[in-house]
Amino acid sequence: MIIAERKPVAEILAMVKDAKKILVLACRGCVSVCSAGGEREAEILASLIRIGLKKEGKEAQVSCDSLVRQCDKEFIDSIDQFKGTYDAIVSTACGVGVNFIANLRPQDTVYPALNTSFMGGSAEQGIWSEQCAGCGDCILHLTGGLCPVVRCAKSLMNGPCGGSVNGRCEIHADVECIWQAIHDRMIRIGQSEGLDRIAPIRDWSTTSHGGPRKIVREDLTI
Amino acid sequence: MDSPPGGFNFTESEMSFTPNIQAFCCHYTSQQSLAEGAESLKADGMPENVTLNRLVCGGKLKEITLLKAFEEGADAVFFVGCPVDACHNKKGSERAAKRVLAVQKSLQELGLGAERAEMFHCARGFHLEFVEAAQLMHKRISALGPAFDGGSK
Repeated sequence: MIIAERKPVAEILAMVKDAKKILVLACRGCVSVCSAGGEREAEILASLIRIGLKKEGKEAQVSCDSLVRQCDKEFIDSIDQFKGTYDAIVSTACGVGVNFIANLRPQDTVYPALNTSFMGGSAEQGIWSEQCAGCGDCILHLTGGLCPVVRCAKSLMNGPCGGSVNGRCEIHADVECIWQAIHDRMIRIGQSEGLDRIAPIRDWSTTSHGGPRKIVREDLTI
Repeated sequence: MDSPPGGFNFTESEMSFTPNIQAFCCHYTSQQSLAEGAESLKADGMPENVTLNRLVCGGKLKEITLLKAFEEGADAVFFVGCPVDACHNKKGSERAAKRVLAVQKSLQELGLGAERAEMFHCARGFHLEFVEAAQLMHKRISALGPAFDGGSK
């Protein structure tokens, strides 16, 4: 899922300084699961905005609601139900949600409440870690299911680099050397011959460096 | 103006300021105190401007509950829960402490001061520490001033 965290309240307050009617709009998708922008967090943020405005001696109507997701057109359309209740939307969705509102509601002002961080999972309660770079050319079948693109500090395709010590990364000592983990795992699952393969120079054109990517599924388009 | 006992230097407005303090406590830390009644608590030294709000357990404390208190005029909030290693519901007190910590961070971010929220741990039943927590907050917030009018920056 997409992992995010709330921006500093002062930054959000600066965004809405001129708004008189503010709608804090939660997303019940990924950011709800990672406790950054679900209904509970949006309610807290709305309260913090009210307290912040009160401290500054300002008055504004701050309401709070949610959408099932903010990354689908049909759900963005349901913003119509809030018509007249806001002159600024503070979205607690990931950056995708904010973009979708901006794309589909050309007259509306929308601000991001979160810093969208990465694609990852919950390592344990309250801790999330990055697991996938969305590079567009997955090689997990060659690396025992562990991703060197995002989990190796150098994104090496032929690792380890030689700098790891006791299975820890030389750049981030609190991070495991993923290439050590790949070697250990490939041997454990009986695929050690795969470690003899030398990966060719990688074609990075499928990553995001060439502008926004798009997938068209003609079997699904109408 | 003479300095009052305790080393605080109050301005005239602070001298006349009675803070609105909302105390939240779990069933176990508050039961005896509540059983005694308001008059007995007052006799024990509980400041009259501290309002008790009882929860079934610290685990039920929500960040939004503490924030709403500020929206509704509180100058400070605090929670009294079981000792960490003796919580009746195992983890309730720890969870409450996490919620209070989150509110402290938010108050600091907003420039109101983290000290307007506090966590206390008290053993089950009636102990003077319960009243002392309220007295400490009363003293602290009286010195700080109102949350929304010349309070902590």
